[in-house]
Amino acid sequence: MSALDAYIDVKNLSFFRGGRVIYEDISLTIPKGKITAVMGPSGTGKTTLLRLIAAQLEPDSGSILINGENVHSLSRTDLYKVRKKMGMLFQSGALFSDMSVAENVAFPMEEHTSLSKSEIQRIVADKLYSVGLRGAANLMPSELSGGMARRVALARAIALDPELVMYDEPFTGQDPISKGVLVKLIRQLNDTANITSVLVSHDVEESLSIADHVCILAGGRVIAEGSAEEIRASEDPEVKQFLNGEPDGPVPFHYPEDALANEVVL
Amino acid sequence: MKTVASLGAWFLSWLEAVGRAGIFLAQSVFRLPVRFNESVNLLIKQLYSVGVLSLVIVVVSGAFIGMVLALQGYSILAKFGSEEAVGQLLALALLRELAPVVTALLFAGRAGSSLTAEIGLMKATEQLSSFEMMGVDPLRRVIAPRFIAGVICLPLLSLIFSATGIIGGLVVSVGWLGVHDGAFWSLMQQSVYFDADIVNGFIKALCFSVAVTWIAVYQGYECVPTSEGIGKATTRTVVLGSLAILALDFVLTAAMFGDF
Repeated sequence: MSALDAYIDVKNLSFFRGGRVIYEDISLTIPKGKITAVMGPSGTGKTTLLRLIAAQLEPDSGSILINGENVHSLSRTDLYKVRKKMGMLFQSGALFSDMSVAENVAFPMEEHTSLSKSEIQRIVADKLYSVGLRGAANLMPSELSGGMARRVALARAIALDPELVMYDEPFTGQDPISKGVLVKLIRQLNDTANITSVLVSHDVEESLSIADHVCILAGGRVIAEGSAEEIRASEDPEVKQFLNGEPDGPVPFHYPEDALANEVVL
Repeated sequence: MKTVASLGAWFLSWLEAVGRAGIFLAQSVFRLPVRFNESVNLLIKQLYSVGVLSLVIVVVSGAFIGMVLALQGYSILAKFGSEEAVGQLLALALLRELAPVVTALLFAGRAGSSLTAEIGLMKATEQLSSFEMMGVDPLRRVIAPRFIAGVICLPLLSLIFSATGIIGGLVVSVGWLGVHDGAFWSLMQQSVYFDADIVNGFIKALCFSVAVTWIAVYQGYECVPTSEGIGKATTRTVVLGSLAILALDFVLTAAMFGDF
């Protein structure tokens, strides 16, 4: 790992929610300028990890360093400054429903830069062009398909030319063509703009096809970390079960339960 | 012993919720806007959707309540031969009591519920998180304009309610029942005092507007972001809002008109 330059360093992180352990003492590294895929079964708190990185949630112990800075010890103003260097693509797109596509993309620039209206318009057209939706600039979010909404959200996430873009389940609920488009876009953005990308997903094929670095989470632990090839070659039964989608294996099918005898009244 | 303990626990959790709501309100209102022009635009948009769109329901119910009041008042006052006093009755009942309370109840149902649902849905679709991720404070951007718009609108709506109520009552009593219009107006003018009646009614409406809008935006912001959670939060806004209005009304009436 030391060969890679870390952009985000998660150190001994623990997080509990309502008495349930989400993470217990996990450590992982997100290398600079690369695409890192964080994978794991549903319900392992992958989205929670992104929210912890963005400091929307506070960990119960441990720390997250972004560029060497502990995000959870920053003041509100400093935190907002750090967040300006982050873009996040939410699972639902999270476009502002009362603004048009162009206004959505322009919003972060209007809020954080002193660019003139015409400059913002030019950048908006540029960003929308890069996701192939310049023609949709005047539509409202309710008029977009799911795949288009996600692409608009992507254009908005990169509006301020962030250093870090986080993708929350970008492929879920997308048809194969949209998936392909998104895979290509994520790769392109990462390489041309020198962005560090973090991708949270349980779509094994898409994720492994673009990720430079992969972490697999299960049961509150990191069960594997390495390059896509290393992960594919892994002999760990848990990793194999996840990658191949086998119903039987170390990851249980049943939610933790009482012994049946305790529930059946005889 | 157990009941006492659970009562105490309930009270503590209630106190905690009130405290949280207080901090929430302070943070959303007293944090200064970054860009003045934009804040004004946001506020105007909310004034429209919270205030202007509530006008129809307020005007229609105001007119009907004034009409009913005139009918009822006339039938009793006529027994004493003092049907001209219906103007006085209308004006005092509306300004002191009915306009602030009924407008606030209508406002809780019409504007309060829609504020809660809108904010709740923004939370469910991650729009609030999205503001936060962009380094924009959702309290300042989403909550503050809605709260301020609500506080401004309700007292004005209450005045409009009074006016349409009096016009409705005028139509029924003077136009239909044949009350002398000069007596109707002069008795009203004689008995209504600006500071005691109009200002006090306005203050009542102002207090209700703070309570109702506060409850509405807080319930939306704190709701469980699922369809069930939003539904429950919307119901809570209307129920808690209405109860708060009626309880506050008693306290305010006692303080304003209680010294005999």
